Amino acid sequence: MKKFIMLLHDAGFPDDISPDQIQAIIQRYVAWRQKIQANGRKVDGHKLTDGEGRVMRGASGATKVTDGPYAEAREVIGGLFIVEANNYDEVVELSKDCPHLDFGSIEIREVQPT
Amino acid sequence: MANDALALVDHLFRRQAGQMVATLTRTLGSRHLTLAEDAVQEALLTAMQQWPFRGVPDNPEAWLFRVARNRALDRLRHGKMAADKEPAIARESATVEWPSVAPLLREELPAVEDDQLGLLFLTCHPAVPADARVALALKLAGGFSVGEIARAFLSQESTIAQRLVRAKRALRDGNISFGMPEPHELAERLDSVIDALYLMFNEGYAATAGDQLVRDAVAFEAIRLARMLAAHPATVCPRVYALLALMLLHAARFPARVDSEGTLFLLREQDRGKWDRAAIAEGMRALDAAAAGDTVTALHLEAGIAACHAAVPSWEATDWPRIVELYDELFALTASPVVAVNRAIAVSRIEGPLAGLAALEAIENAAALERYPLLPAIQAELWREAGDLERAAACYRVALGLARSSPEHRWLTSRLSLLV
Repeated sequence: MKKFIMLLHDAGFPDDISPDQIQAIIQRYVAWRQKIQANGRKVDGHKLTDGEGRVMRGASGATKVTDGPYAEAREVIGGLFIVEANNYDEVVELSKDCPHLDFGSIEIREVQPT
Repeated sequence: MANDALALVDHLFRRQAGQMVATLTRTLGSRHLTLAEDAVQEALLTAMQQWPFRGVPDNPEAWLFRVARNRALDRLRHGKMAADKEPAIARESATVEWPSVAPLLREELPAVEDDQLGLLFLTCHPAVPADARVALALKLAGGFSVGEIARAFLSQESTIAQRLVRAKRALRDGNISFGMPEPHELAERLDSVIDALYLMFNEGYAATAGDQLVRDAVAFEAIRLARMLAAHPATVCPRVYALLALMLLHAARFPARVDSEGTLFLLREQDRGKWDRAAIAEGMRALDAAAAGDTVTALHLEAGIAACHAAVPSWEATDWPRIVELYDELFALTASPVVAVNRAIAVSRIEGPLAGLAALEAIENAAALERYPLLPAIQAELWREAGDLERAAACYRVALGLARSSPEHRWLTSRLSLLV
């Protein structure tokens, strides 16, 4: 099994969202994760702090630090999941019914096995 | 922390939102109602951003309350700092007393019912414009969004939002304090709450149009709040029991009222096996308790009529003479043309369709009924029973012109098609 990182980019949720709707959204994520775990796959989740983070670039001895990487796109990564799978196709399949696709995009990256 | 197996209780967030707004408002004072509301919404949004990744906490209620309380504290501290730094704001808020944050720092979850009733009395305060009380109660005590209230009321969201702003301004300007009313004003304040809950239930119950799910939710919210009134020693009284009985006995029929395609079923056509027996039993017990007083209110009579229907196994077994009696008493109290229409139906069950039509003629021109599709629909039914299909069809066409929703429209069309 290989490890994959799913980066969840937020595109924002509707304004005037009601408590019932908020609960329904949470339940969809929980159900999605349970479904994956029910098949014996491990899923770890991490929430990232709000805000843009920092990007560092070393240029000829001087280190440059900028906000980002997504400041200009006004898009933030809300959090990430780490899942086990054999290949990208499997992760894509798992992600197809991830509720996050209703609110933003998912970036999938494979962790290089050691 | 993470407990992915935990399924959240139905409507937990809505319930918890109302509870948290109530508790924070009690602690901070009603002038900070909006701050409490904002802090609660932020707590729910924070859960939405964290729980998908970290899992649902073991005690979601305590988690939400802790976050909401911290948000409220942050805002208060920020407000205090702003007041210190900005002379203009300081002048304006010189008269504003910042509430003590000490009670907010306690960890435990507070006594729930008292706070929720306190909030209900606040939202239904006579100082709040009458047309805004139900919306405000749904928003604050019920945890409904502006959009949901608008869908239940068939209103524009902007209309509801304006109504809520006016209501909150009235509370602030009137310096209305949070909490249960003083004993000397309790009866009047309770009447205001009972009226609002009756209207709230009707918004949900009248299956005329709109989003059926949210309308049912509104009706059940009215029942939940009425149950709280009946369970509290300060507010329990025969009128509250009559209100609760009325709501439960009507709500018992919800499962049989509309099918999956949204087709309406008249009382006569409903499958009584689908009626909610538990709701009927609770409604009957409430009706017994309502009889303890020495006054008979319109609520008692309406609950009595609902009980007549709920008590019998079939349409044929209905005790129509008793129902006509109750409608007579109700009409004597209210002089409502809608009551008169319903009385005429009951009369037709005893004396035949022509007697019913004659009873309807007397009220046909009541202004309140001009846009009421039920009147021509009932006339059509009675003409059909009397064997005059032409007149029946004409009345159905009038009713179709007044239909307010697709289920009504569908129902009237199907009735009309049966005639030809």
